Amino acid sequence: MIKTLLTGTAAVALMASTAFAEEVRVYNWSDYIDEELLAKFEEETGLQLIYDVFDSNEVLETKMLAGGSGYDVVVPSGTFLQRQIVAGAFQKLDMDKLPNISNMWDVVSSRTEQYDPENAYSINYMWGTTGIGVNVGKVKEILGDDAPIDSLELVLNPDNMSKLGDCGVHFLDAPAEMIPMTLKYIGEDPDSHDPEVIAKAEDVLLKIRPYIQKFHSSEYIQALANGDICVAVGWSGDILQARDRAAEAENGVEIAYHAAKEGAQMWFDQMAIPVDAPNVDGAHKFLNFIMDAQNMAAASNYVYYANGNEASQEFLVEDVSGDPAIYPDAATLDNLFTTTPYPPKVQRVVTRTWTKIKSGT
Amino acid sequence: MRQASTLVLFFWFSGLLISALIAFFAVATFNGSGLASYLPSVGLLALAAISWLILPLHFKLRVLGLALIAVPYTWLLALFLVPFLIVFKISLSDIALAIPPYTPTVKDGFSALIQGLDFENFVFLTTDALYYKAYLSSLKIAVISTVLTLLVGYPMAYAMARAPQEWRATLMMLVILPFWTSFLIRVYAWIGILSNEGLLNQFLLWTGLISEPLTILNTNTAVYIGIVYTYLPFMILPIYAALDRMDDSLIEAAEDLGCSRLSAFWLVTIPLSKNGIIAGCFLVFIPALGEFVIPSLLGGSGTLMIGKILFEEFFNNRDWPVASAVAVILLLILIIPIVLFQKNQQKQAEAES
Repeated sequence: MIKTLLTGTAAVALMASTAFAEEVRVYNWSDYIDEELLAKFEEETGLQLIYDVFDSNEVLETKMLAGGSGYDVVVPSGTFLQRQIVAGAFQKLDMDKLPNISNMWDVVSSRTEQYDPENAYSINYMWGTTGIGVNVGKVKEILGDDAPIDSLELVLNPDNMSKLGDCGVHFLDAPAEMIPMTLKYIGEDPDSHDPEVIAKAEDVLLKIRPYIQKFHSSEYIQALANGDICVAVGWSGDILQARDRAAEAENGVEIAYHAAKEGAQMWFDQMAIPVDAPNVDGAHKFLNFIMDAQNMAAASNYVYYANGNEASQEFLVEDVSGDPAIYPDAATLDNLFTTTPYPPKVQRVVTRTWTKIKSGT
Repeated sequence: MRQASTLVLFFWFSGLLISALIAFFAVATFNGSGLASYLPSVGLLALAAISWLILPLHFKLRVLGLALIAVPYTWLLALFLVPFLIVFKISLSDIALAIPPYTPTVKDGFSALIQGLDFENFVFLTTDALYYKAYLSSLKIAVISTVLTLLVGYPMAYAMARAPQEWRATLMMLVILPFWTSFLIRVYAWIGILSNEGLLNQFLLWTGLISEPLTILNTNTAVYIGIVYTYLPFMILPIYAALDRMDDSLIEAAEDLGCSRLSAFWLVTIPLSKNGIIAGCFLVFIPALGEFVIPSLLGGSGTLMIGKILFEEFFNNRDWPVASAVAVILLLILIIPIVLFQKNQQKQAEAES
C-alpha cells in the first residue's frame, strides 16, 4: 500500500515537473502580435505559452542584465541587442533547430548584422520606422491644409508646435530615438556620440518642450485613436494601429503616419534566447514557429509592422504590403538611417539631456 | 551558566541550519553536478537532527523558547538589514557591461571586493543639481499631499467616530473596501476620470461650469489627487481609532464650562486625537516621499520626484551603483521621520499602559 502510494506520489511529482518544464515564456513588446497565433502555437506544439509584454527596451535590458529573468524568448531592438550580446546575456542560436531560417529576407538580415554579426544570436521579428502620427482633421484645422504633416518641421519647429500644443502632442520616451531624429533635422549625424553635438539637439528640443504634453512609449496609440491628442512622434505600426482603432470606432478621427521626409530612423526588433533560458528547446520551437511564412504574415497583418521574412510576403494582405508607410519603396528605404549603441559615458549624457528636456532640471 | 549553555546550543543549531540552507542554495543556483553536490547540506541537516535527538528535554524546551524570541529579529535581519547592506555595497561599486551590471562582485574574491569599493557615486550625486532638486521636490510633494490627506481624512474619521454605533463597522468596511482591488488598477482608473476626454471633464462640460476641458492629468495636481486618494485610509484609520476611544463626556464638560462647540472641538477633540493625527501623517508622508507609481502614471514629464530619478538611473542609464546611492540617501532622509514616528508610537504605548 505504502509502496503504491509512494510510486503514485513520485509519478505525480514527475508529471508536475515535466508540465513545468514544458512552459515557454516569451517577453515581447505590448500590442505586438495576433493573439490567435499564441493559441495556435500551443495547439501545434503542446507547449504551454506564457506571454508577457513590456513597452521599453530599458525595462527589458535591466531584466536581462540582472539575470534569471526566467524568459525563454525576448525581443530587444538592435542597439540594445548588440550591447546585451557583449554583456553575455544571450546564447547562440542552434540553426539545426530552426529550419524556417531559410525564409528570412536578406534585405533585413544584412542590416541587422551590424548589431548581431552573422545573425548568430537573433532572428528579426519586425522592423519599422520612427515617425509622425497626426490627427489629420485637427492638425489641418489648426495649421491649414498645407500643414507639413510629413516633415520634422511639424514637430520640431516651435512656430508649428506652439499652435499644436493645446491640442496635445506626445513624444516617445525614448532618448535613443528622439535625439537622433532631432540631429537629423538640424543636419547633424543622427548617430553622433559626441556630447557637443548631442547638446545641439537639446537646444532644439528645449524650445519645443513647453508644447509637449507627455513623453510616453505606448499611451499614444489609444490617445491618438480617441482624439485626445493631435500629434504623436511614435513607431510606425503603433500609429497605424491607432489609425485602425479610430476607423473601427467610427469616431470621426482620421490618423495618418509619415516617416519624416528628411530621413527617419529604421529599427529592428530581434528575437533572442537569454543565456539562462529555462527551456532552450521550447524557445527554438517558438522562433521556428514565428519564422513560418504564414504565421509571420498573420502577425504582420495584425500589427501593421513589416517583418524580415521574405517567404511571408505572399501571404500579406494588400493593406500591409502595399502601404509605403509599412513597406517603404526603395527610394525611401535609402533615406532611412540606423544608429549604434551609446557607450556608458555618452549614455549618461543622453539620459541627463533627456531628463533636462523632460523635467526642465 | 545554564543560560550560557542554552545560548551555545541555540547558536549551534541555528548555525547548522543556516549553513545547510546556504549550502543548498549555493548548489541550486550555481548548478552543481548531480545529487552528490547536495551531500554537504544533507550532512549538516543530519548533524543537527542527531544532536537534537540526544539533547535532554529541558534543554530542548529552552532552545525552542529562545528560537521563538529570535523570530522577529531574524525577520528584521533578513528583510531589512541584509537587503540594505546589499544595496549599500552596490552603491560603492562601479558600472560595468556584464551580468550583473556592476563591478566588483562577490565572485571576484574578498580582496578585490575591498579594493574596488569607494564613495565615488555619492560624490557624483553632489555634482549635479538634479538630485538635490529631486529630493526637495519629493519632500514638497510629500508634505503638501500629507496636509491635503489630513484635511480630507480628519472630517471623515470624525464623522465615522460620531456615527451611530451600528453603522461604524459598515463605514469602516467602506474605507477598507478599495484595498480589495489592486492599487495599480485604482490609479489607472484615475486616468480615465482625469483625462481631457475623461469623466470629470465631460461632467463639468455637461453642467456648463466650464467651456474648455481642464488639463488635470499629467500635472502635479493629478499626483496630489492620486496620493490623497491612495493613502486616505492610512490617515483615517489611526485618527478614527483615537477619536473612537475619546470620552464624549469631556466635550459636554467643556461646553458646560462655557466653550462653544467649535472651541470645544479645537481645545479638546483635536488635542486628544493628536497621536492619531501624527501616526496618520507619518503613514502618508513616508511612502509618499519615495512614491514612483503615482507620479509616473498621473504626473507629467515636469513632475520631478526622486522615485522617478531612481527609475531612470536604474533603467535608462543601467547605472545600478548610482541608483543604489540615490536609494541609500533616500533611506537616510526617511530615517528621521521613521524614528520620530517610532518615538510617538512608544509614547502612546506608555501612556496607555
